[in-house]
Amino acid sequence: MEIQPILSALRKHKIPATLVVLEIALACAVLCNAIFMIGQRVGELRMPNAIDQNGLVDISVNGTDPRFVNADIPRDLAALQHIAGAIDAAAITSVPFGKSFGTDSVSAKANDPDASGASRYMFTRTGPRTLGLRLLEGRFFNEDEYADSKLGDNISVPSGHVVIVTQSLAKRLWPGQNALGREMWMGDHDYTVIGVVANVARPGGDVIGHDYAYYATFFPLSPDPALTDYLVRTTPGDRTRVLHAAIAKLHALSPQAVIAGQTLTEIRDSAFANIRSTVWMLVQVCLVMLAVTAFSIVGLSSFWVGQRRKQIGIRRALGGTRAQIAQYFQTENFLLSTAGVAVGMILAYGANLYLLAHYQLDHMPWYYLPASAAVLWILGQLAVLGPALRAAAVPPVVATRST
Amino acid sequence: MFAYYLDLALRSFRRNPVLTALMVLALGLGIGASITTLTVLKLLSGDPLPQKSARIFTPLLDPTPADGSATPAYMPRWWGNLMTYTDAMNLLSAHQAERQAVVSLVKAKIAPSQAGAYPFYSNGVMTTADFFAMFDAPFEYGGGWSAQDGENRAPVAVIAARLNDKLFEGKDSVGRTVRVNGHDYRVVGVLKPWAPQPRFYALALGGTSYGMGDGVFLPLLSARADHMNPENYSCWESGANLQRLETAPCAWVSIWIELAHASDARAYTTFLSNYAHQQVALGRFSDPKVWFYDLMGYLQEQQVVPDDVQMQTYLAFGFLLICIVGTVGLLLAKCLGRSHEIGTRRALGASRAAIFAQFMVESGMVGIAGGVLGLLFAEIGLWEIRHEPVQYAHLAHLDPTMFLATFVVALVASLVAGLLPALRACLVAPAPQLKSV
Repeated sequence: MEIQPILSALRKHKIPATLVVLEIALACAVLCNAIFMIGQRVGELRMPNAIDQNGLVDISVNGTDPRFVNADIPRDLAALQHIAGAIDAAAITSVPFGKSFGTDSVSAKANDPDASGASRYMFTRTGPRTLGLRLLEGRFFNEDEYADSKLGDNISVPSGHVVIVTQSLAKRLWPGQNALGREMWMGDHDYTVIGVVANVARPGGDVIGHDYAYYATFFPLSPDPALTDYLVRTTPGDRTRVLHAAIAKLHALSPQAVIAGQTLTEIRDSAFANIRSTVWMLVQVCLVMLAVTAFSIVGLSSFWVGQRRKQIGIRRALGGTRAQIAQYFQTENFLLSTAGVAVGMILAYGANLYLLAHYQLDHMPWYYLPASAAVLWILGQLAVLGPALRAAAVPPVVATRST
Repeated sequence: MFAYYLDLALRSFRRNPVLTALMVLALGLGIGASITTLTVLKLLSGDPLPQKSARIFTPLLDPTPADGSATPAYMPRWWGNLMTYTDAMNLLSAHQAERQAVVSLVKAKIAPSQAGAYPFYSNGVMTTADFFAMFDAPFEYGGGWSAQDGENRAPVAVIAARLNDKLFEGKDSVGRTVRVNGHDYRVVGVLKPWAPQPRFYALALGGTSYGMGDGVFLPLLSARADHMNPENYSCWESGANLQRLETAPCAWVSIWIELAHASDARAYTTFLSNYAHQQVALGRFSDPKVWFYDLMGYLQEQQVVPDDVQMQTYLAFGFLLICIVGTVGLLLAKCLGRSHEIGTRRALGASRAAIFAQFMVESGMVGIAGGVLGLLFAEIGLWEIRHEPVQYAHLAHLDPTMFLATFVVALVASLVAGLLPALRACLVAPAPQLKSV
């Protein structure tokens, strides 16, 4: 295809050509950044969590008399375990993506200025089994460790006790070393690490997407008012029925308590609700934007074709084939798109640098630029296809008419 | 003349219905998207107390102890923008401002007196007497409690309209009893529906930032005497005892003050700084640094508007720009196709200004049609947001200012879009256009 005649034709239509280039450039800049944001958010939505996410239900019981907790918790757990379809049950202080129990400052040394924030999970004897924790190193807690772990009126279990940490936290505190047997400091308390488990997400939705999203510690705990939630493990098919049965049973056992239940999937979904709605919004904007870009290409190209009917007729009369005419418009669009994406990629990069400086956004990997460029090239070719075919259909006889 | 241009514009639309529809659609989509995100942005960054926010302040101190007993370095402001009880009470009793209130949140378990009704949780606020007057909380019945009642740990409560509807069918319940976390409180006041957005006083205290507002308000000392614990606290010794938070190394309250004039802020800052230096001298604090935010500054500091919403607004305006460029292109295409018509009009005596006016009227009409469509799209967008599970979902409504803004944006966008084609059109020389006929 000869490019020279196309360029000279475009030079005569500078303003419409510039508009198409500008349109494609802006679309490319917005598309790059929007797709990059979608990619990041979708990555967050897929965040792994090494527990039996789909088989667990959580029932929070609040407002019972703390004096009777030693009798209440074993009684409630026994009742929950007897529900048909329940595999295991445990009392716990908080659940992944649920309401936070607070953040501790943890470090590898006493009074270490390089401390890190971590969430704490505390549970009764059946905790690891019920959650489905995956042990990577060391061991889970033994009976004695559950029995002598009490909070009293304090917010932490006594110093010198044992702790299990997630793989991420172990790597953060003791990079490249074995965490087993080490002392972990939490304020002025220290604990011995006896196990490392696969990464479990922290409570709350605000940690999602950060490197500290898995900084969690696990402590054994004997019955205590801090254990506000019951976890019941069942099968995904049974979980709604088990949840309702568990709520009814707990209502019957503690009529004065405030009881609320959710599956862990529901808790996870509500923590991700903001992210999901952002993704949905970005996808909509991208699609509509591409549609608008395509419409304006169709509009401008149709107009061009209409204006050049006579020239097309002449060319056809001089022996130009239909394919050549169609190809002319396709090539013309390709040239405009190329100029557009070239400008667009620079704009996209600039926009990314701006967002990077002002908001929590990472550097855009380079491949987003050619990927968006390719999308706009294809979009341009498809949009111009209709007008190009209409141009190809112009009969040579047009050349002989006076207007 | 204007009517004639309108008629010409309508004729031109009828000649190119697809092109016209595309222009209106592009403009409508761009305006719809940007108005939707702008509404959300405005809603989230709104002023919860527009009548006096410039006179409402919240101070903050650095409670890092001088004895080095805390290892709190994992984040800046590791104490979570909270204050210790001791410091808040010291500032409160110093009475250096017009009004002042200490605030903390509590999960309030409300036990209805009706038989068979299960207890439920409501958002509770533990605070001091000035809270209601300072934040302009409107009363339906009764009023707040006195400073004296607060200090005497009187079991009194102010309840929200929502809670009054639920417990007392909306009747005047002053003097009735409400059971909160197992203790009886006498209702002294019932608020009218009141939910400042964002719920600024709860931002550091562990509550949600937007929502239906709080249910029950209790005097801080009375609630603490009944062993009610705050929703959020930050303790820097693991042995901290929750029952003795008043003396424990923990931060768990906020303090808000109202000054008579915004210009008194300098004097208060001096007082605050003197206080911090005094605490350093006493060996409590290691750093005499203080912060003093006015209400809107505090909202900014707390980053109450999510990053995502701000980026979506940029995105929507990028999109609007694309739509405007698209519309310019389409208008231009239409106008270039009409050189013949313009030539004829010019030859028949129409001035350049007349041609220019004609094209501006035409693009203005596209703009207004785009605005109407944009309004429709914005309503759809906001309807979608209302059905999203986000905290501010129920607030997403188009307000009159935004309604007006839609049309201004639409008209300006279309006139800007029409400028280039109109200029092109009025430059068409009549003679060559007529020759070809």
